[in-house]
Amino acid sequence: MNEAILRVEGLEKFFGGLRAIDTLDFTVAAGKIKSIIGPNGAGKTTLFNLVTGVFPLTRGVIEFQGRAIHGLKAHAIARLGISRTFQTLELFGNMTVLENVMLGRHSRSSAGIFSAGLRLPGMQKEEKEIREKALAELQFMGLGDKSSGGATSLPLGEQKLLEIARALATQPKLLLLDEPAAGLNMRETGNLSETILKIRDRGITILLVEHDMSLVMEVSDEVLVLHYGRKIADGLPRDVQRNREVIAAYLGEEAEDA
Amino acid sequence: MSRTGIGPSPIDFPTKMTFTSQLIQFLFTGLTLGSIYAMVALGFTMIYNATGIINLAQGEFVMLGGLVIVFFTMILKIPLPIGFALTVTLVTLVGALFERLAIQPLKNASVITLIIITLAGSILFRGLAMFLWGKDPYALPPFSGGNPWHFMGASLQPQIFWILVITVLVVCGTAFFFNRTLVGKAMTACAFNPLAARLVGIDVQRMVLLSFALSAAIGAIAGVIITPITLMDYERGPLLALKGFSAMVLGGLGSGAGSIIAGFIIGILESLGAGLISSGYKDAIALLVLLAVLWVKPSGLFGSAEASELKKF
Amino acid sequence: MSRKDFWPLLFITLGIAVFPIVAGGSEYSISLLVFLGINGLTTMGLSLLMGYAGQISLGHAAFYGIGAYSSGILTTKYSIHPLIAFLAGIFLSAIVAFLVGKPTLRLRGHYMAVATLGFGEILFILFNELSPLTGGPSGLSGIPALTFLGQPIEGSAYLYLVWAFVILVLIFSLNLINSRVGRALRAVHGSELAANAMGVDASRYKVQVFVVSAIYASMAGSLYAHFVTFISPSSFSLMFSILLLMMVVIGGTSTIWGSLLGAAVLTLLPEYLRAFEDFDVLVYGIILMVVLLFMPQGILEGLRGFMERKRGSQSKSHE
Repeated sequence: MNEAILRVEGLEKFFGGLRAIDTLDFTVAAGKIKSIIGPNGAGKTTLFNLVTGVFPLTRGVIEFQGRAIHGLKAHAIARLGISRTFQTLELFGNMTVLENVMLGRHSRSSAGIFSAGLRLPGMQKEEKEIREKALAELQFMGLGDKSSGGATSLPLGEQKLLEIARALATQPKLLLLDEPAAGLNMRETGNLSETILKIRDRGITILLVEHDMSLVMEVSDEVLVLHYGRKIADGLPRDVQRNREVIAAYLGEEAEDA
Repeated sequence: MSRTGIGPSPIDFPTKMTFTSQLIQFLFTGLTLGSIYAMVALGFTMIYNATGIINLAQGEFVMLGGLVIVFFTMILKIPLPIGFALTVTLVTLVGALFERLAIQPLKNASVITLIIITLAGSILFRGLAMFLWGKDPYALPPFSGGNPWHFMGASLQPQIFWILVITVLVVCGTAFFFNRTLVGKAMTACAFNPLAARLVGIDVQRMVLLSFALSAAIGAIAGVIITPITLMDYERGPLLALKGFSAMVLGGLGSGAGSIIAGFIIGILESLGAGLISSGYKDAIALLVLLAVLWVKPSGLFGSAEASELKKF
Repeated sequence: MSRKDFWPLLFITLGIAVFPIVAGGSEYSISLLVFLGINGLTTMGLSLLMGYAGQISLGHAAFYGIGAYSSGILTTKYSIHPLIAFLAGIFLSAIVAFLVGKPTLRLRGHYMAVATLGFGEILFILFNELSPLTGGPSGLSGIPALTFLGQPIEGSAYLYLVWAFVILVLIFSLNLINSRVGRALRAVHGSELAANAMGVDASRYKVQVFVVSAIYASMAGSLYAHFVTFISPSSFSLMFSILLLMMVVIGGTSTIWGSLLGAAVLTLLPEYLRAFEDFDVLVYGIILMVVLLFMPQGILEGLRGFMERKRGSQSKSHE
């Protein structure tokens, strides 16, 4: 039985006079992979930013596991079990690959200034755990042997994988991936496809924003199409693919006259 | 004599002065101070609008203006008008040089680095001034006669009117420059979107240089006109910069008109505070305004909250 | 602390231990090193704030002053035990840092810089104006020396005391840096957006590190007060805040060792500039400019880069 792990209802977001999201309703079923597609500027990243609490919504309700999360601060939402990657990579360039992922364990650990500064035994034990879990995620993403390099010294494709490893380290129940395939070549995208499915197999629900249609079609259980901040389709991949309004939105008016 | 040297402090009032006269006195002192703060704020705003940088050396342009004109008119005995022009030219060159040598090379550095480089500039100018002029304050004779005018019981030095008139001229000139000339509009365009500005053919580098040069010029003018009243010493810069910054923030970041109005507000508040409450704490008034604005409403009186969120500080 | 921090730490500890002997008991050299230690204590805190957490403070002399005046006033006017006065200073600094830090660290870049500058200036005005308490511009004198079992701690003994503080705080700081807390701070610096998204309460950590840096400065201020026995507001002016900032920037913001190096350079340098009293501000300005333009990572990183290049060219010449 798949209940909705994420529920969005009546969502609206205005930036001054600009309407970025327009009365959006949708749900994400637990354990599934849902993709959000749409032309550029459709509001996809804004949606992610609203769900993760980067900025406040204008109107509406966002519920995670039955609990309202709109209005919560970003770090509190992360603690509840939602994690994400960024369209424009937001790695910690001042830390190593391993430290980036170790940071992901922050909300699952608790050492404070005193126990850290005095290096109390509890803190040392926790550090060891953090390190081990971080390495495990790096290995899962295939970066196990690159742990000691600087995060930004990795090639772009691997940096994107690193961001995913970091997000996984937070032990999320819902993972938001913002254009993970952007900038990847075909082989890398293929690997990414497999990795996304493996993440799903770990029991993590995935919400994916993507432009790469082959990736979307390959992994998605459901597809939501946004256009000018409005939902114009929401359902099985092959149904969405054939939806006239969706085609028109992508190709412009000509498709309708065709 | 109060610390600024402008106007009497509570103890020097002759007992015959009515409360109204005192208020008028404070008002004019406040307008005088306000003019300087307004001009410093204007200088800040110009550079900020063109580059997104806050130039922590802004106060030093004022300081240099005051000290350099003393050198020209008192030491070299050059007539005041020529000395004025030479001073402004020289300090403008200093500002331009500063931009070329210190700001330009670091144009891609982080915000913190840019803050520190303007801070370094401020220290450098201060050190230079201390080396060349020592630590003592210098005086400049008032532009026209020394006898105070009497107005409703208040005693006003004529220099005050020079200050107000010149300030108004500077403000009008700047407004004209930014709103009516192509160059001025180009400068404003650069701050909003340097890339777009470049794409339409605006030479962003030159605009940045121009903004520093103009700010230095305005600062120098402020320094020249205020020195007859408050004297000038090598350390005057930082406090002036802080107060000018308070004005800029109070008026709303990036708003030229706002900065000017806010400058006068702060000047008057400070004068009233010094006169009615205590002159020791008068500097704290502008600083408290600064903190209050930054902590409560960083967009200031005339700025919009959204616009200040978007600024790439 | 990590393995590579162990050797410099050992070197410093041994160096300080033997210094009085090496210096031949020269009071001048010993006091120089005392000041170096005191400044280093403050800059370590600033390094955590600026280098690791990526924030800025142009008003840290204020906390140094709070520590100094707390120790000074409580021990002279109220005959309170120095240790209690020391703790009072820490407590007061922490509270002020918390109250000021919360609204200030929400601001970005330039705003934060100017707000801390304004705050520092306000404290400076307070030190000057609250004469009945602080002695005003003429200062506060007669601050008692610290004693241990009835004997005053001075000379080399004070050197050891100050550096014991420095070393313990250094170890604490290094532990902090290499921990979950340190990673959180560095994450806030690297990308506040991502840090928040990964569950780090960036605002809280920024305020916490600000409070920690204020506590370090307060401790340094107290140690300073008992050493010089006379304090006046001019020691806690904007110029000192800028000097502290310069120490961190010049030494190198990327590591805490950089801040100690910077403290060393800018504590020892003025001694050479004594003869050129009119020069000193100018020289500071020039040094800061030169470092920012040509060695923006600071002297420590500059040296390290230089060493690595030499090693690289040496191994090449063996081919």
